[in-house]
Formats: sequence, C-alpha cells, structure tokens
Amino acid sequence: MKFDVIIGLEVHVQVMTKSKMFCSCPNRYGSDPNTLVCPICMGYPGVLPVPNNEAIRKTLLAGLMCECNIALYSKFDRKSYFYPDMPKNYQISQYDLPFCEDGKVVISGKGLSKEFVETKPIGITRIHLEEDVAKSTHFRQCSGIDFNRAGVPLMEIVSEPDISTPDEAYIYLTALKQIMQYADISDCDMEKGQMRCDVNVSLKSPESPTLNAKTEVKNLNSLKAVHRSLLYETERQSEVLEGNGQLIQQTRGWNDDIGETYILRTKEDAADYRYFPEPDLMPVEISSDYLEKLKKEVPETPAQRCARFIREFAIPEYDASVLTSNKSCADYFEKCISFGSDAKKTSNWTMVELLRELSQANKTFDQCPVNPENFAELIKLIDNKTINGKIAKAVFSDMFSSGKTALEIIDEKGLKQVTDTDEILQFVKKAVESNPTPVQQLKEGKSTALNFLVGQVMKFSKGKANPQLASDMIKKELS
Amino acid sequence: MSTVQKFVFKHNPGTIHEASDALETGDLSSVKLCEGLIDRIDSVDSEINGFLSVDKDQILEDATASDSRRKNGKELSPYDGIPIAIKDNISVKDQTCGCASKILEGFASPYNATVINNLRKNGVVCFGRTNMDEFAMGSTTEFSAYRKTSNPWDVGRVPGGSSGGSAAVISSGQALAALGSDTGGSIRQPASFCGVVGLKPTYGRVSRYGLVAFASSLDQIGPITRDVEDASILFELISGHDELDSTSLPKSNFNYADLHDEFDINSLKIGIPKEFLEVQGLSTDVKGAFEKSISIFKSHGCGIVEVTLPNLAYAVSSYYIIATAEASSNLSRFDGIRYGNRVDKSSDLLDIYLDSRENGFGEEVKRRILLGTYVLSSGYYDAYYLRAQKMRTLIRDDFNKAFSACDLLLSPVSPISAYPFGSVSDPLQTYLSDIYTIPVNLAGNCAISVPTSFDGDGMPIGTQLIGNFMEEVKLLQAASWFESVNDIGKQT
Repeated sequence: MKFDVIIGLEVHVQVMTKSKMFCSCPNRYGSDPNTLVCPICMGYPGVLPVPNNEAIRKTLLAGLMCECNIALYSKFDRKSYFYPDMPKNYQISQYDLPFCEDGKVVISGKGLSKEFVETKPIGITRIHLEEDVAKSTHFRQCSGIDFNRAGVPLMEIVSEPDISTPDEAYIYLTALKQIMQYADISDCDMEKGQMRCDVNVSLKSPESPTLNAKTEVKNLNSLKAVHRSLLYETERQSEVLEGNGQLIQQTRGWNDDIGETYILRTKEDAADYRYFPEPDLMPVEISSDYLEKLKKEVPETPAQRCARFIREFAIPEYDASVLTSNKSCADYFEKCISFGSDAKKTSNWTMVELLRELSQANKTFDQCPVNPENFAELIKLIDNKTINGKIAKAVFSDMFSSGKTALEIIDEKGLKQVTDTDEILQFVKKAVESNPTPVQQLKEGKSTALNFLVGQVMKFSKGKANPQLASDMIKKELS
Repeated sequence: MSTVQKFVFKHNPGTIHEASDALETGDLSSVKLCEGLIDRIDSVDSEINGFLSVDKDQILEDATASDSRRKNGKELSPYDGIPIAIKDNISVKDQTCGCASKILEGFASPYNATVINNLRKNGVVCFGRTNMDEFAMGSTTEFSAYRKTSNPWDVGRVPGGSSGGSAAVISSGQALAALGSDTGGSIRQPASFCGVVGLKPTYGRVSRYGLVAFASSLDQIGPITRDVEDASILFELISGHDELDSTSLPKSNFNYADLHDEFDINSLKIGIPKEFLEVQGLSTDVKGAFEKSISIFKSHGCGIVEVTLPNLAYAVSSYYIIATAEASSNLSRFDGIRYGNRVDKSSDLLDIYLDSRENGFGEEVKRRILLGTYVLSSGYYDAYYLRAQKMRTLIRDDFNKAFSACDLLLSPVSPISAYPFGSVSDPLQTYLSDIYTIPVNLAGNCAISVPTSFDGDGMPIGTQLIGNFMEEVKLLQAASWFESVNDIGKQT
C-alpha cells in the first residue's frame, strides 16, 4: 500500500550578530569553552536580560524574505524545563505572539535523489526568536557544558506540513539557507550548528482523511541526515501500518552512523513547558514607519537574483541557478562582470575552475586568493587571445596558489600566446615533416588526424600557439 | 521595655543627613562613624540578629578611603563615607549574596547591582548584609535559613518581613539606613513593625539589576531609613533609568531637592479607600492609628475624600498567583549546577536536581514554588494565571480612578502590629495580612510607611501613604509634613 507522506520542518537558525541575544558577550563560534560568558548568559542570581535589537531586526528581515506577516505587537515568553545546558532552567522564547507568521518559501529544483521538483510553495507557519542553550559534550565519566553558545540569538522557523518527499525537504532547507545567507542573517553552517533541523513526519492512506500519529525526529545536523532520516521514517512507519500495527506519537533521535532513528520519548512523557510572558522584558512594539523602512532594506531573494542573471547577463538558467545558489558566489560573479569580462565565459570559469580550486583548497569565496578584478582580467586575456584556454588554466592555478595577477605570471613565464603566423608556420612545417602517416590520413579526409597535428604544433610551441591559427595553417599547408 | 530599645532614637548621628552634615564640618569621620556602628553591632546584634554578616575590614577600608577623599577635597558627594546596610538579596561584587537561603550558602556575587554602583559612585560604604525571609518570601523574617531577627522594640516579637533585618538594624541603632526590597510589602511592613520609614518606589524607578528576583513584575528596591528626609536622599542616590533593566523607566531620576519645594497641605486631597476600614482582622490599635492620621491631615486643612477600590477583595489571591508563578520560574536557576549548593550523592541528573533543591530550599520557598508551578501548568494557566493578570489590570484601573479624585491615598500598612514569634502559624493568615501593601505592587504605584503611634503593647504602628505612578515628590512631601506634625507619642 502506498501512503501519502506529510512532512513539516522546524528549523533553528543562529542569527549573526555582534553580541548575544540578551547580554553583551560576543556571539562567536570556535572560542575556547566558557570564555564568552558573563553573569547574564550564565544565569547568575539577580541578572536581567536586555534584548538585542539587531537580532530582532534580522528576524523581521527573515520574515519579510519569507513573505510573512510581521507582528506590530509581540512579546517574549519563558519556556521552562530543567537541563544543565539551560542556565536559568527556562529559555526566553516566544509563545503565542511570534514576530513573523503566515509566510511561504517557493521551492523548485533537484533534490538529493536528482528528481526534479516543480515549483511548489511551502507555507511558513511562524518565525520566532529565542536564545540558544549551552552546548553539552558527553565524555565517558562526565559531561562538559560550554556556555559560549548559551544566549546566542536563535530563530525557529516552523513550516506548514506542506512537504511531501525527502527531496522537497532537502530543497526547502537549501532554499532557506540561501535566503538567510542572502540577507546576512546567518551563514547557516550546519557543521557549526548555525542551522539545525527537527522534522515531523506522518503517513496518511490516500483514501483516509485522517493522519496517522506523527513522529518528530530531533537534532538533524546535515541536509543529508534530514533526507536519510525522512526516508528511514517513511519506510519504518509504512512497515508498521502495513503490518496492521499502531503508530503512537513519539519523539525520536537519529543515529547517523547506522542510519536509523531511535525512540526518545512518547507523547505521555511530553514536557509541560509552563509558558508565561517574560516579566523581565517589555512587549516589543514595531512601528509601521520602522516596518516600512525595513521593507526597503529587504535584499533580492535568490530566486529573484537568478531571474535577473538570466535576463541581464543572458546566461543559461542552469548557470544562473548554480551561481546564485551561494550568495558570495553570485556576488563574486557580478563583481567580475563589472570589470568587463564576458558573462558566459565568466560563468563557465566560475562554475568549473574557480569552484574546483576553492573546494580543493577548502576555501570560501571570501577567502579566495584571486580577487574578482584579477579573475576578470584573466578571462579578458583569453578573449583577446593573449593566452589560450589551456594555458589560462595553468595560469589560474598559479594565480590561486601564488596570489599573483595573470599578467605577472604570463610575463614571468613567457606564456604569451603566439599569434605570429611566421613563427607558427615553422611549427606547422615541423609537424607535417615528422608525421607522414597522419598527414596522409588527413589528406584522405580523416579529421581526427588534424587534431593530432594541431596537438603536435602545440607541443612544439610549448602550448603557446593559437590552436585555431595552427589548425587553419595545417590545412592550408596541405592543400 | 527591652534593653535594646533604650538606645532607639538616641544614637547620634542617627540619620544620613545628620551624619552628612557632621562629615562636612569635620566633626565626624567615616571611620569613626563606622566604628561606632560596629561597636553597636557588637553589643546588641547578638540579641537582634539583624545582620547575616558584617565585613568589618572591608567597611573600615572603604571608610578610610572615603576620609582621605574628603581630606583632599575630593569627596564624591555629600554622602561620601556614609554606611548603608544592604539586604542579602542585592548583589555586591565579591560579597556573599545568599538571600538567607541554604542553597546559596557561601555564594559570592561576581558583580555589583546597579543600585550598588549608584551608591558607590557617591562614595557610600556598603555596611553589612541584613537578614531576610529566604528569597524575600515571608512577612516575619522567620523564614531565614540562618536566624530569626528580633523586633528591637520587643525581642520576643517579629520585626516583620521580608526586609526585617534591614528595618531592625536601623531601629536598633546599628545602621543609619538600609536598602530593602518590596514585592508585596516587604519594605513597608517591617518599617511599620520596627518604627522606621520605608519607601517602595514606583515600579521601574529603581533598577532591579542585581536584585535576586522573587517576582520580577512586582519587585522593587527601596530605602528603609529613620526619617523621610533620609528616604528621599537614598531614593535619589539609587533611582534612575538603567540600560541593564528593560523594565526601568526612562527619565526616572528623582531630585531630592524637589522635596523642599513649596508644599501646601491645604491644597492636598487625600483619598480614603472605603474598603480599607472593612478589612477583616483589622486590629483596634491599627484602626486607631489610621484614624489618628486621618484626623491629623483633616485638622490641618487637607481635603479628605472617600474613594473606592472595588476589586480589593481579589488583590491577595491575584498577587499570590502572579508572585508565586514568577517565583517558581525565577528560582528554577538554583539547581546546584553552576553555583550554590549541590547535593550529588547520586550520579543521576534528576536526583541531583531533586536533592539539591530539597536540601537547599526552606519550607515557605518550596510552598511558593509548588503553588507557582501549579498555576502555570498546562490546563490551569487560563483559570489562574491569566485571570489573575486580568484582575491586576482591574486593580490598576481602580487606582487610576481613585487618583482622579485625590492626590494620595491613606491607609494602614498591616492590619496588625508586630506580634510574638510563633503566634501566627497559618501561612494563609500571614498572606492575608498583606492586604494593604499588595495592591500597590500590583498597580506599580509608589507608597511609604511612616511611624504614627504605638499599640497597647508598645509596638510601633506606621501609616501608609500611596502615591500615583511616578509621584514620589508629592508622596515624600506629604510624608515629611506628616512626620513633622505628628507626635508619635511614647511607648506605653
């Protein structure tokens, strides 16, 4: 029996700010444990929270990017539960009046299983702002708690149960990530815990209007884990139902090593969070003037930018979507174009050579040793035939490792393309003389022989001959 | 008459303003002043038990520094070198801040409360930690985990609470003035029981940063002093907007000088909430003192109007829902994990929580945590917490309406005066005795308790003046005037 799969996602995104949500400690990843802490984020007696307005601004921005309604009146609430990673044993969160509600993110494209998903809107139920908890690490004998993360501003983005496949979930998360990066809200680096995901999944038989009991899988920290756990859960729940078993509402964890979910707790053990309005904070009122101002600051979404690239630079849709999938990549590309390099060539070079070098060196666009101006210059040097494409690749590799400009390397190594026909003619003659068989084959009309001869010319010229000129001249020589 | 009481009101200097004058003229040094008070502590506090700890070395070091500033003409304010006692729930950096609770035994605060920074900026010397009901929960100071503070007027009686230590050390001449905190009457009621002045400022005028929270939406730090003038001085020093407290009011500085603006008792209108005289359990003596204060205002030409607070009957129950709800959440941080006492005889996390809290909290605190947890629980929230909040709004409206007809309200502080230890054992009866003070915290107004007379057993009785939101100037002017015209009489 085939079931309909109903998936909803709760995504936690750390907001990029200078300081934490309710104190002035730096909001930074990777410092020594418990060095970015103060009495406030450690929950010492007598301290009070002061909200970070930048975190609120970015949350509203996220809401606007996701086409949400922005609440002009909202508030913070306390969510109570005891755990050592929670300094106050309550978390300042938002309960019934979140900053953003009723939005959507439109998804399309290829998921992890390469199946193409047509354009589909995924509803956003709400986006609220809260404080992150500390990070626990469990050792054999004891547990360690790092409070550096405690109090980092954290958005929770809750989707409607509009997602029907693991691929859609994958595409949705990718789209969210792009939106957050585009608006400088978060880097969404899942390895650093900047984006974390809980999934809710339940099955429904197509004939029945009612859903079976749902399962929540918590703390998925890679897109792959989300995809795999959804596949696993769909299968697991189908098997139970097909065996006439009964599903009960439960929360499960994910074991990435063996690729299975495991039970954490059932509904009966569900915590009572005893939400109530945070008395240490005033309600947040947002003026319509402020909101109008903020609307003007909303940056282009990835989808809008993709469409603009196709329109403005006349590049194929595929190129545009690859380039715009990463904001810094799109920024890099646009910068290059502004220095006058050809759009299609720049796109090819960015997608192939640049991305390869970056991934090999494990660097981001921000850390790229070749700046857009120099990259554009390299492409222009190919265009004006100063160097050919093959040499350009070697030059680029050199630029990437040395940080020198293309012209510096070309001058140093004497790599300038030979376009002087007299010089090339000598290489052509040498190639024809020393390769009688291919010459004969070419005369008999075998075109692959021409490629071989051009290759010989390139070899003699140490790669500097213009291959097109060489080809023309071989044909002329033999005619 | 107790041996301790003989010294009451005879100490010289007995007030901040007297001491400030004496320091100014050079008749007194801060060291001398502090030494005198420390001597007094050494001779009487074993009987009163008002202080939890007094760091004499630190006090004398701070006093010496103040004296040398003054000598060089570099005093930070007229109050440089004045010692102020601090309730044990207000953080002073590197000093113990235990809230008279075992769970915070030996805990030293890593930072200064804003009020402490404000005092220090003016050269004030922090003078000992005063006893209180554990986490400010109580009206007798009997719920301190460490010791029972005695009322200096009769050591067999309670000093009131929760700031009972602060009120008792002033009343017994061991300190000039003190800071207390008031969530439902914890400044005003002990002030009334001990015959001193206690001011609860408007909610938000004094920063709560560094005050260990009991009920965040009700807590307010305020002065306990020997007279209204001192209350005004101390209030000026500690008040003002604080960026570290989001609930602190903008532009909330109070100017002590405003107290001496022209004040005409004839143009003042005092409201008497008619429900106040109908309160069950109002003692004859307190009623008498209340009527006495009404007649004093009346006889000097002040207008007296009857007003109504129709929802008064719901104030106590609403308060104990809101206050305990907030307290159950505020006190959840005391788990023995990061600071304070941990009981880890078991390696199970839940057991560590349960054992630490079972061992660390006293009976009254546990009672209130249970109550607060219950009213916030799923399924009960709407019936209790939400309704209490709605009632709070109605009570605030009642006060607004009352203040449209008058400038200040006059009221008793507590239906009874200081009673013998152990004579009230039913917690509910104690809760009900907060009827006159609680509505003010719910509404967020300011109020002051001023000594008025004595009861038949010779215990002091105060009168409460209640001011509208942010109207401390009017409140203190009237209180000061009342203090000057009222003959408190003698202990009989």
